[in-house]
Amino acid sequence: MSGGGETPVTTGVVVTGLGIVAPNGLGLRDFWSAARTGRSGIGRITHFDPGQYPARLAGEVPGFVAERHLPGRLIPQTDRMTRLALVATDWALRDAGVRPADRGEFDMGVITASASGGFEFGQGELRKLWSRGSRYVSAYQSFAWFYAVNSGQISIRNGMKGPSGVVVSDQAGGLDAVAQARRQIRKGTGLVVSGAVDASICPWGWVAQFASGRLSTSDDPDAAYLPFDRRASGQVAGEGGAILIMESAENALARGARVYGEIAGYGATFDPNPTGGRGAGLRKAMELALTDAGLAPGQVDVVFADAAGIPELDLAEARAITDLFGPCGVPVTAPKTMTGRLYSGAGPLDLATALLGMEEGLIPPTVNVEPSPSYQLDLVVGQPRAAQLCTALVLARGDGGFNSAMLLRRCRRNPTGPTTADSF
Amino acid sequence: MSHRTFALEDLRRILIVAAGADESVDLHGDIIDTGFEELGYESLALLETGGLIEREFGVSLEDSMVDMHTPRALIEAVNILLSETVA
Repeated sequence: MSGGGETPVTTGVVVTGLGIVAPNGLGLRDFWSAARTGRSGIGRITHFDPGQYPARLAGEVPGFVAERHLPGRLIPQTDRMTRLALVATDWALRDAGVRPADRGEFDMGVITASASGGFEFGQGELRKLWSRGSRYVSAYQSFAWFYAVNSGQISIRNGMKGPSGVVVSDQAGGLDAVAQARRQIRKGTGLVVSGAVDASICPWGWVAQFASGRLSTSDDPDAAYLPFDRRASGQVAGEGGAILIMESAENALARGARVYGEIAGYGATFDPNPTGGRGAGLRKAMELALTDAGLAPGQVDVVFADAAGIPELDLAEARAITDLFGPCGVPVTAPKTMTGRLYSGAGPLDLATALLGMEEGLIPPTVNVEPSPSYQLDLVVGQPRAAQLCTALVLARGDGGFNSAMLLRRCRRNPTGPTTADSF
Repeated sequence: MSHRTFALEDLRRILIVAAGADESVDLHGDIIDTGFEELGYESLALLETGGLIEREFGVSLEDSMVDMHTPRALIEAVNILLSETVA
């Protein structure tokens, strides 16, 4: 929204393309029509028979047939998460109006995050190893299950030889990767493909995820993942994520690209030893992101919560938000209640959701949740909320103590405009 | 015991299982002397192809796959191994 008193961002590092593969929508259009109206993609697992497992619900990406989108040469050497990431990248590049073949190969990088690697592929090959012998293991096991494989395959497919890598910090990783992409663009790389896609809804991946002790054992898709609700008793895991095309604002404007918004601020902290009494680091991560963006808490228009769905973690997050913004001081939402927690894909999907929300002037809802008043959050529940969004703060916490916060900015409010009180 | 042979048709089938096929290449065309690289197969694809041939035909190619630059060379090498196995 570029209403009165607002001008679009013209500096910094911006997002010019989005590719989305989510449990409630394959592709940007499907996803946004679901997210903006609160349509969930959580259901009983279909990738394998979950009957004998304690957790049986997940957010699975619907209707994805890799062979329809990718060349035959890539199928035998890729895990599902890589196929999803490659297709999301194709869509993001198209959305950005970028043809990689027309650009210098060393001027394009790929920096994604990963939380588990290609578990389904790895499971299949390990099964062959133990049941039939090492001669039956695919040569592609040499890379197909690695954390870095999505970055590598995106790089190869699109001829991108600039700064590339992978960030591994569980659910915080998706934001950390985007931050690393921003660093590389500031250092001079013209374009970086960033974001993350995780997908490990297979028996091996499922057992690993269940070991966290955080997965809900409910069979009711509408009651299994209820962050900030008195009934909260665990999380639902999902697959998917989002790929972002990032460029300097200068380059984006020079080629006439549509700009979704700017990566205006970022902060990351690591929780101290819990026995030391120093408290968790989420608030500090938010403060760092605000400082980085040069914004005050009152200038944040919406917060996309990490929304653990575990009472003590919900409490810690709610406290961090209310300490900084005051009780019910900022609208908070958790669209991931429609998708489940996507590990490293969660942060980038929330960034994409926030950017789409800014474009439409709407905060997508948190579904199924009856907020507990004790958290003192202005949680957007049930229905989407119309709102002029210039900024959005996205939060992500990773198992083991990772905290990341990223501030998006769509426009700058003019100091002389009608929104002087909030002016930058 | 009949003497089993390894034909171009076997190679086509195994290549597709092992590494898929490049859409810009007609694997069913006259490829017998076309380089694997030109057909879109890099060393890892050939390693996987060699593994599948070994398992199905009971031969051991060891490290010789790297020297097989065309379907003709690979087919001849596999058939020599097969005749040695029978003998």
